[in-house]
Amino acid sequence: MQHLWLIPALPLAGFLVNGIFGRRVSKGVINLVAIGSVALSFVWVLKTLAALGPLETPHVERYFTWIESGILSVPVEFAVDRLTAVMLLVVTGVGLLIHIYSIGYMGHEGGYHRFFAFMNLFMFFMLTLVLANNYLLMFVGWEGVGLSSYLLIGFYFLRKSATTAANKAFIVNRIGDFGFSLAMFLMVVRLGGLDFPRVFSAAQAMPRETDPGLLTLIALLLFVGATGKSAQIPLYVWLPDAMEGPTPVSALIHAATMVTAGVYMIARSAPLYQQAPIAMDVVAVVGLATAFVAATIGLTQFDIKKVFAYSTVSQLGYMMLAVGVGAYAGGIFHLVTHAFFKALLFLGAGSVIHALAGEQDLRKMGGLRRKIPVTFATLVCAGVAIAGIPPFSGFFSKDEILLAAHHHAPWLYWVGVLTAAMTAFYVFRAIFLAFFGDYQGEHHPHESPPSMLGPLVVLAAFSLAGGFLPVSRFLEPLFPAGEAHHDPALVVVSVIAGLLGLGLAWYLYVARRGLADRIAARLGALYQVVYNKYFVDELYNAAIVQPVVKGSEALLWRRMDAGVIDGAVNGIASRARAIGAVLRLMQSGNIRSYAAWVLMGSVVALIALGFSGGAR
Amino acid sequence: MDSVPLSWYLILSAVLFALGVAGFLFRRNLITIFMSIELMLNAVNLSFIAFAYKLNQVDGQIFAFFVMVVAAAEAAVGLAIILTVFKSRPSLAVDEVNTLKY
Amino acid sequence: MDAVLFLVFAAIAVACGISVVVQRHPITSAISLIGVMGALAVLYLLLGAEFLAAVQVVVYAGAIMVLFIFVIMLLNAGVEPPGGRSWPVRLLGLPMLVILVGLLSFVIRRVFAGGEEVRFGAFTKGGPREIGRLLFTDYLLPFEVTSVLILVAILGAVVLARKEID
Repeated sequence: MQHLWLIPALPLAGFLVNGIFGRRVSKGVINLVAIGSVALSFVWVLKTLAALGPLETPHVERYFTWIESGILSVPVEFAVDRLTAVMLLVVTGVGLLIHIYSIGYMGHEGGYHRFFAFMNLFMFFMLTLVLANNYLLMFVGWEGVGLSSYLLIGFYFLRKSATTAANKAFIVNRIGDFGFSLAMFLMVVRLGGLDFPRVFSAAQAMPRETDPGLLTLIALLLFVGATGKSAQIPLYVWLPDAMEGPTPVSALIHAATMVTAGVYMIARSAPLYQQAPIAMDVVAVVGLATAFVAATIGLTQFDIKKVFAYSTVSQLGYMMLAVGVGAYAGGIFHLVTHAFFKALLFLGAGSVIHALAGEQDLRKMGGLRRKIPVTFATLVCAGVAIAGIPPFSGFFSKDEILLAAHHHAPWLYWVGVLTAAMTAFYVFRAIFLAFFGDYQGEHHPHESPPSMLGPLVVLAAFSLAGGFLPVSRFLEPLFPAGEAHHDPALVVVSVIAGLLGLGLAWYLYVARRGLADRIAARLGALYQVVYNKYFVDELYNAAIVQPVVKGSEALLWRRMDAGVIDGAVNGIASRARAIGAVLRLMQSGNIRSYAAWVLMGSVVALIALGFSGGAR
Repeated sequence: MDSVPLSWYLILSAVLFALGVAGFLFRRNLITIFMSIELMLNAVNLSFIAFAYKLNQVDGQIFAFFVMVVAAAEAAVGLAIILTVFKSRPSLAVDEVNTLKY
Repeated sequence: MDAVLFLVFAAIAVACGISVVVQRHPITSAISLIGVMGALAVLYLLLGAEFLAAVQVVVYAGAIMVLFIFVIMLLNAGVEPPGGRSWPVRLLGLPMLVILVGLLSFVIRRVFAGGEEVRFGAFTKGGPREIGRLLFTDYLLPFEVTSVLILVAILGAVVLARKEID
């Protein structure tokens, strides 16, 4: 026994303590509880992994049977294999850094204890998700992170836009969760359970020829869940809006950890997907399309957090592409490096926003590199990492994905390269707009406190050097092997694409300022379409939301609710009132009236007695 | 003329009881209503004693005795209640004592 | 002689009973009630209930009615207030009363049609000796229970009638 349960239980305890007593204790105590619990959790992860050694086989701990009902038996089981180990390190490690960062960032905000309580709650659910050894327990974590995400997006609940964004995230995720649930039902009925080993062995035992549709269907339904959680087309719309939450939340939940849960889940279900090649192709194409579309939107945005949000969607698309083409290890590797550099991008953006007292518009920044040099330096580190410039972390993971994509189908590779160029462009566009040129705002920027800079520096180090972590090699044995296929030419092409993007950004936003606006004006309608995010929100509103609202209003509300249900309820009520109106005449509260009724009763009783012969 | 039919006593009892009921029904004064109750009790007592005579047993009279005891206790409590009611509202009208309805 | 006595005192009882009901002032009602009780005491005597006749006069007409009059005086209860409508009473009261009396008379006449006669002096067990013996032998438990009942009533009366001490 390694007491794996302690890993999620510690943040849970932190949540309970801060949630219940947080209002009454000082910030120091809140910090101690919130960060201490995550730090202890991180330490426990390290200790456990050290004790478990190389993890050739999964380490499983069974605690109790949760559900025992007919054919369904769901235990509460935690398991650690190499994939979980990587995820545990990322979640607790990055989570710890972001918790520390939050001390500085949230220092002046109201609801301090609430923020940390929710963050700890998120850690609890995320770790449950990662540690679970069956789909249902994973789903508990899956839903729980959705809940925490909802609570944290809506953290500034006095802002209408924040609560709307929270609702949007929650509702869009419901669609995905619906798919996940259906997949689980199918597994219970057709594969006989929800435990990972059992599902996978059942899937592998199932010959592809006899029932090819079932596994494909399950895999696709699981992918529907993943599109919701990991913000893929068509359900990605919630993630950019989720930037209404505090920036550390965007970094932790909507960049580094929660949104990667879908990728993790598909990687975890790799044995299932191997049996469903059609589903894998769908995953790859949807992932690539998401990566491309989100990157194009990212090119035009002016809100610094929105840029990085679309960047997150795009990078998640990369990961999906990786798992879709069978490069699971590469996908997880990119997940890890992305956790570093994207968390860094967001935390750096948070530092900029903090320095400018809440300003998020890139057009109102500029020239900040002298004023907040540490933030600038760390953001550049993140930028070169995400742009795929060797030898920084993004280069290795992205390259692995692109090579695998090329091996699968060359066109995937070329679209991926184009996307990589756009990625480099929009990230450096944001950096150049914010840090070069002349300052456009009114505030006096100030560098952030050490508690924020510390995590930035640590993450910057990991972003630069994270590519040398042997994540892929560590994970290879876990997944069905794809033949390694190293082609230096392809690597060079993708690196050149990244450099081109970077160079173009430099040319347009530093060397020839103003040229970009002219190009945008020249592109006219096309630019407007992209700038307005392809009008996807409007399309969804017109195609889905409005019909549902109108239909609900006409059918469910007026006909069903007001007509049938209210009619029945009101009918019963008015009938009861009519009866009561008659009965009320007796219940007058008037003693003499009661006496009259008693008298009548006794007379009736006497008559009845006479008829029944009681009086002989 | 040395004897009276027992039924006369019983009918007298019935008539007095009915008078008590009438007082209860038609009077609006709490104290008068209370006295009507005493009248009914007395009518019942008369019946008890008449039946005691008819059955040639003294038990009926014992019953009447207990009725008197209970009537005494009832009078004490009932009058105390009337006092309390009067304290809360300066009126003895029984129709106004209806708050229990709510 | 018996019949005369019965008729005279029955008439007094009914007259006083009607007076109890129809008098508008509680004091006159109370005094009429004392009249009913006195008349009934004589009738008890005719039925051979000597002890109860005495108790009727001493306890009922004496103690209890004094209590009533005392309360009437204390509350300064005057003529009853007008108003107060009760349609069940108006609708049901009189017919039901007539039916009740009619029914009871009918039943009594039918049941006791055999002509049971009441003769003064025929019932000799109504003296204090017999009653007392029965009370302290066969009816000992009920008798003791009534003592508790009266105690409770006293306590209740005290609690209800005392001044609120806040």
